[in-house]
Amino acid sequence: MKPGKPVNVEPSAPDAETPQARDAMGRPTHRKSEVRLGREVQARIGQQLRALYDEVVKEGVPQHIADLVRRLSEQDDPAA
Amino acid sequence: MKLDPAIRDQVLSTVPSLRAFAISLCGHVDRADDLVQETLLRALAHIDSFEPGTNMPAWLFTILRNLFRSEYRKRRREVEDAEGRYAETLKSHPEQTGRVEFNEFRGALAKLPSDQREALILVGASGFSYEEAAAICGCAVGTIKSRVNRARTRLADLLSIDNVDDFGPDRATRAVLTGTGRS
Repeated sequence: MKPGKPVNVEPSAPDAETPQARDAMGRPTHRKSEVRLGREVQARIGQQLRALYDEVVKEGVPQHIADLVRRLSEQDDPAA
Repeated sequence: MKLDPAIRDQVLSTVPSLRAFAISLCGHVDRADDLVQETLLRALAHIDSFEPGTNMPAWLFTILRNLFRSEYRKRRREVEDAEGRYAETLKSHPEQTGRVEFNEFRGALAKLPSDQREALILVGASGFSYEEAAAICGCAVGTIKSRVNRARTRLADLLSIDNVDDFGPDRATRAVLTGTGRS
């Protein structure tokens, strides 16, 4: 294919530039934007996952858990 | 025998991340805190089996996960009900826990099979290596990698649905609808 050169095509000829190109399932295909979207979504997944997790991490150690650990660590037998 | 303060501090400094992991497993803060407490009781009772200088977070995460799994097997139905209620809460009160986008993400995360969600969180949020995550879950490194990949792909699928009208006027409504139906 020679880019930049206008060519006449049959109206029914398959054309990669046709916005309504369909895949095997009849869904419109937008390959380039799908790849880009994929990366954006992946970045967003990583970000939101950490944000969600860090929301809890930022709460630190709840007092009752800190007390529990200190109490157990002062005991002669932590299992008692 | 009192606990070495250095070990105690390692335990304490792992607690915030341990809680975040527990919440992601249970979907419920109160139950997660019970699970964390139970984990710490168990860990400190068996602190002799921890080798100083090895990975304290991985050790505690392993104990917590095993406790959760054994409890989960016993109370499978109850847990599923709890997860269902959790999802319902998110759907009916999108404003309660912050931005809509955040809730969409939580909703999508909740739809993942638990083994995929767990692998994704250990690697993507807790910061464990694939090898550490595999040791925590008691499975092969390749299994963790494939679970993480499947989790990411599935989340991308679920989230890109909402990208279609990301800035549409009724994103909240849409989030509710996509949360209820199969996608």
